[in-house]
Amino acid sequence: MSAGTVAPVALAVPSGDRPSRAPYLLVLPALLLFVGIVLIPIAMTVLLSFHDWGQYKGIEPVLILKNWKEIWGDGYFHEMFLRTFRIAVLITLFTALFGAPEAYILSRMRDPWRGIFLLVVLGPLLISVVARTLGWALLFGGSSGVVNKALMNLGVISAPLPFMFTETGVVIALSHVLMPFMVLSVWAALQRLDPQIENAAASLGASQLTILRRIVLPQVIPGILSGSIIVFALAASAFATPAIIGGRRLKVASTLAYDEFLNTLNWPLGAAVATLLLVALAAIIVGCNRFVERRYAEVFR
Amino acid sequence: MTFLVLDGLTKRFGEYAAVDKLSLVVKKGEFVSLLGPSGCGKTTTLQMIAGFHVPTSGAITLEGRNLVAITPAQRGLGIVFQSYALFPHMTAAENVAFGLEMQRVARAEREERVRQTLALVGLAAFADRYPRRMSGGQQQRVALARALVIRPRILLLDEPLSNLDAKLREEMQIELRQIQRTLGTTTLLVTHDQAEAMALSDRIVVMNQGRVEQIAKPHEAYERPATAFVANFLGKTNMLQATVEGEGEGRRVAIGDGTWPAGFGQGLMLATIRPEKIAFADGDARCALSGTVKTRIFQGNHWLYQVVTPAGLVTVIRQNTGEAAPSEGATVRITWRSEDMSLTADTKPAAAAEASP
Repeated sequence: MSAGTVAPVALAVPSGDRPSRAPYLLVLPALLLFVGIVLIPIAMTVLLSFHDWGQYKGIEPVLILKNWKEIWGDGYFHEMFLRTFRIAVLITLFTALFGAPEAYILSRMRDPWRGIFLLVVLGPLLISVVARTLGWALLFGGSSGVVNKALMNLGVISAPLPFMFTETGVVIALSHVLMPFMVLSVWAALQRLDPQIENAAASLGASQLTILRRIVLPQVIPGILSGSIIVFALAASAFATPAIIGGRRLKVASTLAYDEFLNTLNWPLGAAVATLLLVALAAIIVGCNRFVERRYAEVFR
Repeated sequence: MTFLVLDGLTKRFGEYAAVDKLSLVVKKGEFVSLLGPSGCGKTTTLQMIAGFHVPTSGAITLEGRNLVAITPAQRGLGIVFQSYALFPHMTAAENVAFGLEMQRVARAEREERVRQTLALVGLAAFADRYPRRMSGGQQQRVALARALVIRPRILLLDEPLSNLDAKLREEMQIELRQIQRTLGTTTLLVTHDQAEAMALSDRIVVMNQGRVEQIAKPHEAYERPATAFVANFLGKTNMLQATVEGEGEGRRVAIGDGTWPAGFGQGLMLATIRPEKIAFADGDARCALSGTVKTRIFQGNHWLYQVVTPAGLVTVIRQNTGEAAPSEGATVRITWRSEDMSLTADTKPAAAAEASP
């Protein structure tokens, strides 16, 4: 409530001590919109997850734990969620591993090249998810994929690398599309670096590797961690790419919820899956944020 | 006794010469300032010595060793940057210890030297503070300690005091000079602040547009500026158009309605007189210029006047002795000793003639 008590003071009209209602009135439209299109649907989804469903009776508006018990007890759902978070963790690691050096190299580039390569990095965000994913399928898909053919002709591999309907495929394709979020987040951290700081370290006798490890990396860690939170959240809740590359054979939480809603028509179970994904993601992100803030509060105010 | 030698040092960025054939010999233990307006090439010179810029031509030798051939990390120079460039994720002590770690100094010795150096700059109690929790002056001291702890062969200071407020800057100047005297570290300071350069240095190098205008002891450069640029840059100065006539003993220089004895010169020249060397004359002395006080500004320990004379506008600074000072609009006669005036060839006769009434 502290925000509510501060805002009227800042906007107070000079007519007297009575706090002005104007700030509340001004945020009201946005608040109504937020409640209408975010909070109410979420509340309805949560409520739906407690309803009963049967093949012939449809949805029954009662409050039971049937769906939650099913998710809790069935190994099938455990596998889905484990896979979802395994994929998300791998993607986060990949984007951090490649994105952080990429951002550093970009920040060291000279002007025309920097803009060009930044555009290349942001590229995946500008292309439709379907076109991009099918592009990956053309490169790797089946034995006729360009990369697979080339690698086989060169004798590097003897059989085509499995790409479609595998976790590898989903991880590669999603790492590609989520890379910009990591690069931009590390880029922002690098921009805050004192431009002379590497020179300062060099003048004290540090080698380039030592400068990167001891001076640059510790200062961009908050950037890498905030990028990781974004990438992890987007990877765990991604739908289109797992749906196209993973297909029916390789389901993740979001495609599972989709199938429950639109194929099995078991809306309450789908709602339970979606709710669990939301809660788990929120818990992980809030936890990570707390950790980052506490760990680096002293140095990066 | 030559220690650091810059020989014909030149740095070009495309066609533009940031530093043009700079030559300088620095003795061991000397404090030398590179002084000039922004863009005069002083920082570029410092960066070439530090190794962050490669000279286009020319040589840098330190104790007979070619510095250009080795990397910044191998040069063993201590540098204080304008932004301090402290490592924000390390405490003050960790910042200072970094250079020693790079030299693989044993832990016990390292801790002792860090402690001593922090004490030297007056930060013994702040060893465990992070830079962002320190004031500008404290950060500046950490940066100085970090540069000094490695016992650098040369200490390079890049506008180290420009981010501090006036009072703190003065304190730090005194402290910096004391520390430098105590340790005897050869120091090169880059600054645009002429007062700072004159207060701190054994010698100053006045630079303009990449070239050296004058290398001299501070008071020499101030009293006997080699060029009009130096005269203008080092403190306030008056430049008046003068006419020199006569020969030998009878040689006279005429400025406005006054004449002074002159030792040399002929024809149109520029007379340069420092404002504080000018006094108000009583009676009708011959070596004096008549004028009217246009403005009078009180500056605490002195008065600043602008006097309109036949030779142009003259700035006069008089000590505030407590005696009555001429007020605005008063008719005065101003005078100075002929030895306090320096005559140079009038390089820009057209412009000077235009400026004079």
